[in-house]
Amino acid sequence: MKRLRTALLLCALVGGAQAADTPFRFDQPEQAARYQRLTEELRCLVCQNQNLADSHADLAQDLRNEVYRMITSGQTDRQIVDFMVARYGEFVLYRPPVSPLTWLLWFGPFLLLAGAGGVWWAVARDRGVSAPDATEDAAVAALTRQDKAPS
Amino acid sequence: MRFLVPMAIFVVLVVVLAVGLKLDPRYVPSPLINKDAPAFTLETLADPKTTLTKQDLLGRPVLVNVWASWCSACRVEHPVLLSMAQNDKVEIIGLNYKDTREAGSELLQAHGNPYRQVLFDPQGKLGLDLGVYGVPETFVLDAKGVIRFKQVGPITPEAWRDQIKPLLAKLATSPAP
Repeated sequence: MKRLRTALLLCALVGGAQAADTPFRFDQPEQAARYQRLTEELRCLVCQNQNLADSHADLAQDLRNEVYRMITSGQTDRQIVDFMVARYGEFVLYRPPVSPLTWLLWFGPFLLLAGAGGVWWAVARDRGVSAPDATEDAAVAALTRQDKAPS
Repeated sequence: MRFLVPMAIFVVLVVVLAVGLKLDPRYVPSPLINKDAPAFTLETLADPKTTLTKQDLLGRPVLVNVWASWCSACRVEHPVLLSMAQNDKVEIIGLNYKDTREAGSELLQAHGNPYRQVLFDPQGKLGLDLGVYGVPETFVLDAKGVIRFKQVGPITPEAWRDQIKPLLAKLATSPAP
């Protein structure tokens, strides 16, 4: 029980350390939620596999400040995202919009799935045809004969 | 015949991966190409009382080079910029990005100054509007102030010779507005 309590306490401390990076104060909890969501969906350009909320890069801090400033000055999520895209391109979005340029990104996995399904089907069909093969039967028969023969 | 399909898949995979290896994942195409450069009003690095605006960059093609004294790749690029300014008479406008006046001026005094003017942007405000994410970066602006090219990372002698110099020559001959 004591150990569990220590573990929970440690988890709470780690969580606190992450949040401490951005000491922004919002008047309404709704604004804080929007800030949280936006910084999680925008990519840091410097460390490309992190979002703005996670990144400690200088640029990420600047962009977080910008998101904070825009939220508190009453701009909509759409305006904030457009602001970022106008400067850094759709690359900043972890969920880029569906467009001819991103078709492969969005539909590629389904294409792969269809391809794999096709291969699976073809292999299964080939097996089905070749199973009652005369030469195979003869080989099996020869092997069983060998096994039965006294050594 | 049996191995044809796996072989074809293998070859396609190798080609795709080989192309992928050649791509630079740090290169992010700028959405600002062929768009108007953002407006700005900034002090110069040399003199807090002198301010420059976008109007000062119009009328001829210019290079805007984003640099800082804390940026080590900028030191690599510096001799190339000096050579461009001296030998090719290119007008380079510096944008001193998130730096201090002292450190920026010191570097120019120690290593030479390739810039016609240096804008001072300690907060990175113009840098943000230009979508700067890795210093050094260089923008080519045409006479109307439209961004025509962006180099991310240092200008190499090859990038200058093969991309930027031909572009400047083309911009210089196109009819002025």
